[in-house]
Amino acid sequence: MMNRRNFLKKAAAASAMAAAATMIPGILFASDQIDKKLSGDINWTKGPCRFCGVGCGVLIGTQKGKAVAVKGDPNCSVNKGLLCVKGYHQIMCTSSADRLTKPLVKKNGKYVETSMEEALDLVASKMKETIEKHGKDSVAMYTSGQSTIPEGYVASKFMKGAIGTNNLDCNARLCMASAVTGFLTTFGADEPMGCYEDIEHANVFVLWGNNMAEMHPVLFSRMLDNRLNRKNVKIIDLATRTTRTSKAADKSILFKPQSDLAIANAICYELINNGWVNNSFVEKHIAFNKGKTNIGYGLEDKFKFKDKATPIDFDQYKSFLEDYRPDKVEAITGVSAKDIKYLASLYGDPNLKVVSFWCMGMNQHTRGTWINNLVYNIHLLTGKISQPGNGPFSLTGQPSACGTAREVGTFTHKLPKGVVMNKKHRELAAKIWKVPYERIPDKPTYHATEMFRAVDRGDIKFIWTQVTNPLVSLPKTSRYRPAMQKDSCFVVVSDVFPTPTSDVADVILPAAWHVEKSGLYGNSERRTQYWDKMVEAPGEAMPDAWMTIEIARRMGYGDLFPYSKENHHEEIYNEYRQFHAGKKHNMAPLEVLKKQSGVIWPYIEETGKSTQWRFNSKYDPACNQDKDFDFYGKPDGKAVIWQRPYEPAPEIPDNEYPFWLNTGRVIEHWHTGSMTRRIPVLHQAVPNAYVELHPDDAKQMGIRNKQKVKVISRRGTTILPASINERGLPTKGQVFVPFFDESMMINDVTLDAFCPISKEPDYKKCAVRIEKV
Amino acid sequence: MPIKSYVAFPRKGEKEQLIKVLENTKHCEVLPATNKEVLVLVTDTKDDQQEEALQQILDSIEEIEHLNLVSGFSEKIT
Ligand code: SF4
Repeated sequence: MMNRRNFLKKAAAASAMAAAATMIPGILFASDQIDKKLSGDINWTKGPCRFCGVGCGVLIGTQKGKAVAVKGDPNCSVNKGLLCVKGYHQIMCTSSADRLTKPLVKKNGKYVETSMEEALDLVASKMKETIEKHGKDSVAMYTSGQSTIPEGYVASKFMKGAIGTNNLDCNARLCMASAVTGFLTTFGADEPMGCYEDIEHANVFVLWGNNMAEMHPVLFSRMLDNRLNRKNVKIIDLATRTTRTSKAADKSILFKPQSDLAIANAICYELINNGWVNNSFVEKHIAFNKGKTNIGYGLEDKFKFKDKATPIDFDQYKSFLEDYRPDKVEAITGVSAKDIKYLASLYGDPNLKVVSFWCMGMNQHTRGTWINNLVYNIHLLTGKISQPGNGPFSLTGQPSACGTAREVGTFTHKLPKGVVMNKKHRELAAKIWKVPYERIPDKPTYHATEMFRAVDRGDIKFIWTQVTNPLVSLPKTSRYRPAMQKDSCFVVVSDVFPTPTSDVADVILPAAWHVEKSGLYGNSERRTQYWDKMVEAPGEAMPDAWMTIEIARRMGYGDLFPYSKENHHEEIYNEYRQFHAGKKHNMAPLEVLKKQSGVIWPYIEETGKSTQWRFNSKYDPACNQDKDFDFYGKPDGKAVIWQRPYEPAPEIPDNEYPFWLNTGRVIEHWHTGSMTRRIPVLHQAVPNAYVELHPDDAKQMGIRNKQKVKVISRRGTTILPASINERGLPTKGQVFVPFFDESMMINDVTLDAFCPISKEPDYKKCAVRIEKV
Repeated sequence: MPIKSYVAFPRKGEKEQLIKVLENTKHCEVLPATNKEVLVLVTDTKDDQQEEALQQILDSIEEIEHLNLVSGFSEKIT
C-alpha cells in the first residue's frame, strides 16, 4: 500500500532523479527501481502534465480515490518517461488547505459560502441583467491557455454564438499572440511546421531569448542528451541575460534589449552577401512583402492599428538589408560583427541542420510579430524549414496555448476555424453551432490589455475569468487591480485556489483541477493529448466547461448546449472536430487519443498517423504532391519574407530610470505561482521573488546580496531582496525579476505597451530605477 | 519527520562501495544511476534528533565526494 509517506519518498526520489538529469545529461536510472521500492496497489492513468507547453506525458497514480503519485509516461514521445521538478510534484497542490471547494459570494464586503446552484443563478442573472441594461458588449469572458479544449470551445460558443459578442479573449494573448501573427503573416497558417523529433536530427540549436533549461526543461534535457550522443551538435544561446541555458550552451551571445530585430536582419544580410541563399527554394516558394513602419506601441486606450502588406522584389529586400551590415549594427545590438557572421555561417552552411527555438523573449516584444517574421526569413532564405532537424520552432508557454487558445480560438478575433472578419468562417461556425449567422459579430472587440482598460473605463460591466490570474499576470497591474475593484464591474472568478484576482471577485466559483475532470490539451508540437477524469473534485468544485454550460442554460441558451454532465467533454470534442475536418488540420478521433499518448495534427485518416513535418510533400499529404514544398496556408502556396526594420522600445532607460527591467519565470514555479507556491518542495526551493542585479551595478550602489531594494518605474514600485551572482546574471544596466510571487508584484511596475499587430504586451523591457530600502 | 533526497557523487571508482555502505545505513534508500557514477539517496527519519544523527553518519562516509540536497519534506506526516 502506498501511504502518504511513501508517496513523499517517491516524490523526493523523483525530484532528485530529475535534478540529476539536468546536471548530468544522458543519465539513466533503472526505470522500475522507485516502483520496486515504493509502489503498492496503484492504478496508473495517462495524461499530459498540468503545467507547461512542452506537454510531457505523465502517469498519475491513484489509490482509494486519491491521486498519490506521478511518474513520466515512457510511451509519450515528448518526454520518454522524464519529467521536470514541477511535473513530478504537480498533484501535491490539490490538497492545499485553502483549496476552494464552495462558491463564495461577496455580501457587504464579506465572502459568504453558498450552494453552487445559488451562485450559478446569481452569475446568470447578473450577466443577463447587464446585457439587458447595457447591451451585449458590456459583458466579457477572459479565459486561458490552461483551459481544456472543451472549456475553450464552450466559452467561444457561449460568447460568440449564443450571446453574440466578441468580448472573449484569453491569457494566451500575453504569451503567444505574436507567434500567431508571425505564423499567419509568413505562412498563412498557425503553429510550428516541425515537431520535437527535430531535436534528434539537428546539428545546431540557436535559442533566441529562450532560457530553455528552466522554461522547457525536458526539451532542454533532450537537446543536451542529443549533443552528448552525436558528434557535431552545438547549442548557441542568444540572450539579454546569462542563465542556466547560457552556461550549458557551447556559445553565449548577449545582445541589447530589442536589438534582436537588427541581429536577424544582419544574419540575412550575411546570408545573401556570402551566397548562402538557397536560390531554387526562394524562387519556387517565396514571396516578398513589406509592411508599415513606425507602428506605435499601443500605450493609449483604444489604440488602433492595421498593417498593410505591399509586395516587393528580392532586389528591394537586398537593398533594405544594406543598413544591417554586421559592423553597422554593432552599436545597436552590442554584438560583435564576428559573432553575427558566425551565426550566419551556421545558418548558411548547407551541411548543417539548424533549429531556432524561441518563446517569450521574441513574443513578449513590442515588435513581436516582426521578430517572428525575421527569424522565419533566415530559415526561408536558406530553405532550412519543414524537414527533420531544420526549422524555426516557436515554443509555447502554457499547456494548451496551442490546443485551446489558438486552435479553438478563444481570442476576440477568432473562431474555431478562422476569424470573425471572414464571412465564410462565420457561416461555418453558425452552421455547426446552429445559430443564425448574423448573430456572430464581424468585428473583433477587446484584446486582453484593452479588455481590462475597458473595465477601468466602465465600458465592461461584467467580467468572468476562468483558469487564469490576471491581477498577477497582466502588465501594469497598478492600473488594472483598482479597475477590477470598481463597483462599475461585476467580477466572477472561477479558480482552484484563492488568488489576488479572486480577492476582487463578487462571486468565486470553485473549479475542478486537471485530473479531477476529463479533458484535452494541445502542446507546442501540435500534439493533442486526452486524459480521463481520475479523482473526484472536492466539495462543490466543478469543471469550468460545465460551469459555462450551466450559465448558458440559465440564460436561455439550453438548446445550444445539449451536452450531458458525465460526457460533455467527449460530446464537445466531437462537435469541435467538425471545424477542422479536411487534410490541413484534421484532428484525431477521440478513440485514437484515448489509446495513444497524444497525436500530432493533421492526423492522417488513411494511415492513422501524425503529420510530423507540415508543408513538405514528403511528409504532409495536405501538400500539392507535384511540389516539393507547399506553403498551403497562402493562396499561392508561397511563404512570405517580410521586410521589417529595427525600431526601438517605447521606454528606454534614462537618467531618472537608468535600468532595463526584464521579467520572466523560474523552473520551480508555474506562472503566477497559484499552484506551485502551494507545493511545499517547490515553494521551499524558491519561496519568494527577487531582483537580479549585475555585481558591478550592485557594488556601485552599495547593495549586498539579499538586501531589500525598491524597483521603481513610472507605474509603480515593488520591494524585493537583491540577488547577485545567483541563478541568473543580467548584463550591466539591466535587472531581472521573476513574476510568480503575488506578494512582490513586479507587474505593478511593468509597462502595458504591446505589439500593434499581435496586441501582445512586452514584459521584457521597460525602464526602472533601483533604491535601497 | 523529514524526508530528503540527494544527488550523491561518490569518490572516483567508489560507487559500488558507496552503494553498499548506504544500503547498510539506517533510514537510507539508494537509487543508483545505471550508466553514471552518481546515485540518488532518499532519507527518511522520524524526528530532528534522528535526522541530526543521520547527518553525522553521512558526513563521515568517506566514499561520498559530494551530496547535493534536492528536496526536503519537513511537514508533519499523518
Ligand atoms: S517540462 Fe513542462 S510539461 Fe514537462 S514535466 Fe516540466 S512542467 Fe510538465
